[in-house]
Amino acid sequence: MSFKATAREVSGITVVDLSGRITLGEGSAMLRQMVRDLLAKGQHKVLLNLGDINYIDSSGIGELVSGFTTVRNQGGELKLLHLTKKVHDLLQITKLFTVFEVHDNEQQALASFK
Amino acid sequence: MQPTRRIVVTLESVLESVDLAEGVALSVCEAAGFDEEDRHKIGMAVREGVINALQYGNQMSPEKTVRFTLSLEPDRLVIRVLDQGPGFDLSDVPDPLAEENLLKASGRGILLMRSFMDEFTVERSPEGGAEIAMTRLYPAARSAGVKKEE
Repeated sequence: MSFKATAREVSGITVVDLSGRITLGEGSAMLRQMVRDLLAKGQHKVLLNLGDINYIDSSGIGELVSGFTTVRNQGGELKLLHLTKKVHDLLQITKLFTVFEVHDNEQQALASFK
Repeated sequence: MQPTRRIVVTLESVLESVDLAEGVALSVCEAAGFDEEDRHKIGMAVREGVINALQYGNQMSPEKTVRFTLSLEPDRLVIRVLDQGPGFDLSDVPDPLAEENLLKASGRGILLMRSFMDEFTVERSPEGGAEIAMTRLYPAARSAGVKKEE
């Protein structure tokens, strides 16, 4: 399944529902562009819903990290929602659980933004 | 005991080679009896190995290729990925788990290959280039407690 991203606005926070694969040459470049577009539009509070991401490689992980630092450097926040087991395992292996704020519940995730 | 069977594929230095190599590996893994979780791990290790060879080894040069070999040995699958770059030493690769590297956008491929496979080595090949070799025991060998290294 190819990468798809659909953004919606909830209480001033941009929730992006992602699906498919985030891999080199597929989802990675699209994810990068999407984060840039959100920031260009002044949307600095971003919640990435990864519930329908069925595959992510090191390039995709790198893109999540890159998105996190880009948003943070502009004074915003990027958080993750609904990790699948595979993505959860990858964040554990790469120690990125210490970097990302991860939520299982959308309402709680939305409430966590400043 | 069956003799070793081998599949050798020459990959061009294009991104499509990553999917091709993964697809070949997944087909072989299914035939070899690996379960879905193992297939996912092996497929990802193959992707990372081929990406490493194409990007860091061959620098995506169209004149260079990658030799991708799957060997079905009696108790294990051995995967080799040989590029035509200058080669590298594992000791020179920054640790992606070090605090100062956690926020880097790249450099996690080797960590994932090591995590997902039973054995992982990198050698400089006699022809030049880096050769990644990684092994995964078959499920039956794993449950029978075959040692990873013999």
